[in-house]
Amino acid sequence: MLSRVADNLYWMSRYLERAEHTARLIDVSLHQMLDHRMQEEQPRWQRLRASLSTPATNDKVDSSYSITELFTFETSTTTSIGYAIAAARENARQVREQISSEMWEQINRLYLQIKQTSIDELWFAQPHAFFSNVKEGVQLFRGITDATMNHSEGWHFIRVGNFIERASATSTLLDVHYQTFFESEQSDHQTAIDHLNYQDWVGLLRSCASFEAYCKVYTAASIQPERIAEFLLFNAESPRSIYFAAGMSQTALQSIARATHIRRHGRVERLAGRLRAGLEYDQVEDITQDIHAYLENIQRQCSQIHNAIYQTYMVYPIDVALRERASGRA
Amino acid sequence: MVISDTSGQSALPPPFAHYDFANSYDEMFDVHKHPRPAYQKLFHSLLEIPAEMLHQLQQDADLIFLNQGITFTVYGNDEGTERIWPYDLLPRIITAQEWDILERGLTQRITALNLFLKDIYHDEHILRDKVVPRALVYSCHHYRHQMRGVNVPLNSYVSIGGTDLVRLPDGQFAVLEDNLRVPSGVSYMLANREVMKRILPSFFVSHAVRSIEHYGQALLNTLISLASPARPNPTIVLLTPGVYNAAYFEHTFLARQMGIELVEGRDLLAHDNIIYMRTTGGLRRVDVIYRRIDDDYLDPLIFKSHSSLGVPGLLNAYRAGNVALANAIGSGVADDKAIYAYLPKIIRYYLNEDPILPNIETYLVSDDLQRRYVLENLDKLVVKAVGESGGYGMLIGPYSTAEQREEFRQRIIADPRNYIAQPTLALSRAPCFLENHIEPRHVDLRPFILHGDQVTIVPSGLTRVALQRGSLVVNSSQGGGSKDTWVLYE
Repeated sequence: MLSRVADNLYWMSRYLERAEHTARLIDVSLHQMLDHRMQEEQPRWQRLRASLSTPATNDKVDSSYSITELFTFETSTTTSIGYAIAAARENARQVREQISSEMWEQINRLYLQIKQTSIDELWFAQPHAFFSNVKEGVQLFRGITDATMNHSEGWHFIRVGNFIERASATSTLLDVHYQTFFESEQSDHQTAIDHLNYQDWVGLLRSCASFEAYCKVYTAASIQPERIAEFLLFNAESPRSIYFAAGMSQTALQSIARATHIRRHGRVERLAGRLRAGLEYDQVEDITQDIHAYLENIQRQCSQIHNAIYQTYMVYPIDVALRERASGRA
Repeated sequence: MVISDTSGQSALPPPFAHYDFANSYDEMFDVHKHPRPAYQKLFHSLLEIPAEMLHQLQQDADLIFLNQGITFTVYGNDEGTERIWPYDLLPRIITAQEWDILERGLTQRITALNLFLKDIYHDEHILRDKVVPRALVYSCHHYRHQMRGVNVPLNSYVSIGGTDLVRLPDGQFAVLEDNLRVPSGVSYMLANREVMKRILPSFFVSHAVRSIEHYGQALLNTLISLASPARPNPTIVLLTPGVYNAAYFEHTFLARQMGIELVEGRDLLAHDNIIYMRTTGGLRRVDVIYRRIDDDYLDPLIFKSHSSLGVPGLLNAYRAGNVALANAIGSGVADDKAIYAYLPKIIRYYLNEDPILPNIETYLVSDDLQRRYVLENLDKLVVKAVGESGGYGMLIGPYSTAEQREEFRQRIIADPRNYIAQPTLALSRAPCFLENHIEPRHVDLRPFILHGDQVTIVPSGLTRVALQRGSLVVNSSQGGGSKDTWVLYE
């Protein structure tokens, strides 16, 4: 397929995942705020900024109202939901004939919904309802995509975008959270958590749509940082774990390699394979010494995979491609 | 059933009660206000269908267009927005005999036009023989000196043409203008047929309407025929300016119908005079480009340098014979409205035949005598800029204001080469279903002519309707609508 089309599909997918993640994060944060005192809001909102890779500022954040506005509607912020959905829709629009009409209708519907909501409407109505709509809107899009689009090259690019973004965003979220709440030098068995921190850890799980799944694997009384890290990083069955995302990315990239018959895909496959293998064989006990370094490494690998995808399939230099053509001719 | 009254209005039975007759040819009714033979069945069906049902059918049609996203971008409103394709329920019917003349006439015309283009870019016999003034050709904006001496596949410059026909008050079809650069509208012709089949299959069954489903195949075959014989499995692409273009829907529609890749300029690159497209599987050579971009924007190295829509190096690849273009660069000379006035002579010159389809009388204001006449009669004439399309740059004398006429007077005096004038025509009118009754509106007809290794004309065309009462402007970019167009088997 045209490189430009692959590019658009990939970014459409990444932006949608980003929007869903942001919606979930804000929703959970607003909810948690209800149990906390006002003066504790500042650190929370700075953490939120950091989790979404937005640079921290020294401006005192006015209120949850203004930060909600910032991350939902502010289109100059590239991490806002409004920006992400608009960008996803624009990408979809550029390749409209490559996606099914049902997909287009759904993304358009979601876009119009957000465009037609104002911060005041959101705030004084039920913020939760709004964020649920965003999440469900994206999830519906995913379902429609799987059901109406051929699972061919374009679909695989959508998968890669989805899971690379998830892996990257989840590892960033974990990293910020652990830096705040986890003291690894405390003890070598599970750290005691006081009742306020307990809610923060539950909040982390909920932000990853993983609380209930986690409780099935461990029990609710067992909210412990290492177990949570283990679940969110390494669990093979949870669709929200970073290991799962790495596996899905690798599978999709392998399918793309098969579809394109390109010879240069070795590097991107090695990078994807290495990420997945690392997550398959590492154990939480080995990483708690320096969980920050481990998570940072994951983000770096995601970034490398992203760059390799571009180098291999989209922005490859002409002379490399021509050499390959020449040598490939029978 | 027809009760004539002294007011000159018809008193036809409902839903035709508001049907008025004027000086123009009426597609459906003859001078005695009886339905013409080809329209009899339709007339009687319409008498039996209640207006509410017709209204419902019209809404069904609109819904189909809406759901499929069949739109057109209209400029000139406050928002240049996508509007759903305005479609009129009632088909326009053309008999087999009428079509036969059109087919022969259009074939003759496209053949002559291609011979003309070949000649002016090579040996210029027609210019040396002074049949067409050399200055007229050279001063045409769309004459591309870069094409001098360049050979094009099959000598086919215009591989896809759309010629606008009008029916004069005597019932004869005449050519209003040729569109030979990037003619559009065929997707709407096809969509109109699809919608008609879905909402009124019973109408279809009772008539014997020639099929047009093969257009996509015919177009593809035409494009394939342009490929070099040395390339057995040619790669064909459709080059679009992108999503913001008014006709983007048509570009995606045709690409899908033909199963070819839809590309933008940025997907293509020229290397060693060969055109490639950038795919995830590497670079893929391109053999034939159906380009929906005007010459000016095709190659920033040669034409408009600020354009980002084209492909740098495309012209050189074209000149080297490594890629074919439909339509050829420089074809625009032949649809210049001043050159149009010479078409009858051009046909006679190359084919030794009289034109089967007549031209409309045209005044060339670059000639002093003709210019004087035109300036004295601006209120009666239609003045057009020679290189425009879409109904822009046009003055319709009888409907104009004094300021508009003055503006055009200045333009003509300043730049006579670039204007022509024609008498205001009474375009024929066809019945349209508007707000619960049937009224006539002005129509024209744009058939699409394919010219590759053979000439193929799909039996139909885009019938465009000036939806506003009294309006003569049918162009969709200014809010006109269209009808399904039927050519009968007999």
